[in-house]
Amino acid sequence: MNNIITIFNREFKSYFSSPIAYVVIGLFLVLTGVFFYLLTSSFLQYAANLQWQAARMRQPAPPVNVNHMIIRPLFSNISVITLFVVPMITMRSFSDDKKTGTLELLLTSPVTTTHIVIGKFLAAFALYVIMALLTWVYPLVIILFGDPDILPVAIAYIGIIGMGAASVGIGVWISSMTENQIISAMGTFVALLFLWLVGWFANFSSGAMSGFFQYLSIVEHFEDFSKGIFDTGHLMYYVSICGITLFLAHQSIESLRWRS
Amino acid sequence: MIEIRNLTKRYGSFLAVDDISFNVEQGKILGFLGPNGAGKTTTMRIVTGFMPATNGTIEVSGYNVQNDPIEVKRRIGYLPETPPLYVDMTVEEYLGFAAKIKQISSREVTNKINLACEKVAITDVKKKVIKTLSKGYKQRVGLAQAIIHDPEVLILDEPTIGLDPIQIREVRELIKSLAGNHTIVLSTHILPEVGMTCDEVVIIRKGKIIAKDTPDGLARSLQGSEKMTVVVEGPLDDICSVVNETKGVSEILDSYSGNGQTSLILKCDFKHQVRQALSRSFSEKDWSLLEMKVEEATLEDVFIRMMSESEGAKS
Repeated sequence: MNNIITIFNREFKSYFSSPIAYVVIGLFLVLTGVFFYLLTSSFLQYAANLQWQAARMRQPAPPVNVNHMIIRPLFSNISVITLFVVPMITMRSFSDDKKTGTLELLLTSPVTTTHIVIGKFLAAFALYVIMALLTWVYPLVIILFGDPDILPVAIAYIGIIGMGAASVGIGVWISSMTENQIISAMGTFVALLFLWLVGWFANFSSGAMSGFFQYLSIVEHFEDFSKGIFDTGHLMYYVSICGITLFLAHQSIESLRWRS
Repeated sequence: MIEIRNLTKRYGSFLAVDDISFNVEQGKILGFLGPNGAGKTTTMRIVTGFMPATNGTIEVSGYNVQNDPIEVKRRIGYLPETPPLYVDMTVEEYLGFAAKIKQISSREVTNKINLACEKVAITDVKKKVIKTLSKGYKQRVGLAQAIIHDPEVLILDEPTIGLDPIQIREVRELIKSLAGNHTIVLSTHILPEVGMTCDEVVIIRKGKIIAKDTPDGLARSLQGSEKMTVVVEGPLDDICSVVNETKGVSEILDSYSGNGQTSLILKCDFKHQVRQALSRSFSEKDWSLLEMKVEEATLEDVFIRMMSESEGAKS
């Protein structure tokens, strides 16, 4: 446990001693902010329209659903944006150690490969969680000026964090296979994009295949969370992806010893 | 302290280390010598548990590397060829990380950092970020990392590579001062280094051990039939004929004459009293003997001869 904490501490600090953490978080907040602005603007326009029409018909304005019109699409957008940002978080994870030779220090120290993999994963995941939770200002704005249901927001965050565990796991695994950060980032991006697009394949296939593709899609599982539906099945999917990829990362570092 | 038995390592079909065995006793410095690509780094990486051997066993203070990797790693300090530094950290932060990852309790960490910094003389740069340091200092930080947990065994892969001559001397002194408390294995392809620092030498070539001895022993083993330079004031041809008749001179390897002086390089067998006989016959002829020098075999001669001998044996 102490070993994991030691590795976690070093990794996590290293994100902040280089510009990576600031750039990634900044970029993420700008992008999600733009979406939030566009969603609220179009919502306001829609609501104003409704009110104007209702006034003309001399009827009370029908109620509008903030959760449905802002919060749900906002979280869908955030989930897609994370697919672009996660590769930037995980690209250094193992690649940098492989390139600079510091992996030799880690692997000749009295710690197990499992400790190293978990420590590195947790550091990247922690950065992701901080980044994701910084978006709380958007729901806060809506809470201040509107009247949304809070519970679906909390459930959406659980979904965002679960999805992050899966995608950070994928990123750590891919970075364990290369010493080149660009290949690591690109590989992770393509893998995540594939898991996103695989849901579309479901539309063009039938039967068991369709169900399989649907199940594989990383964003498909997020749908329910964004609607405010908590389903442990979806969470299990994220946790399994995370577990499998970390196991694969462990194997890839171990096999490095055999091949090098 | 370190026992290596029948160590073999294959990369696919390439045989990097071929059935080598040797021991290192406690407190001794063993020099691991060989040309680039001879298998030095591979052997060291296997001993440190970085990679497994294809065959053979390694024991470090009684623990088997394959079965108890963690126990072995606890007892080994390792400096790879490129020091494994996190260059964004300060020296202090980095050594703190190294100490913790090597299981030093957090109460002792500061103490250990200070000790290690003192030993390798980097206390003045403790607060600096590693990437701003010079190559020599980086090497020392790497060394500090290797000794921070006071390991029984130190494995140093080419510790003086890329340093300037003054730094090389400092690092050598440092290594010598560490012996006694630590058992040290260091690899190098610089010959004088071995003569200066090591108690024992293992010469390795293409994955095989071709010699194992003390530095002096290796140099001595080559003597018996060796070269001698003689400078005499006198005519070349006459001198040559006199020299040729002298018992113990097997061959005149080279001769040179100028300004009335003659220089000869002779191959002699020193079992006969060659020097005495030569000086006597020169004075009989009234030629002044200006210089007579036996060329002692250096480690370099040993090395080159062994390399070419094993080359010859192969072809």
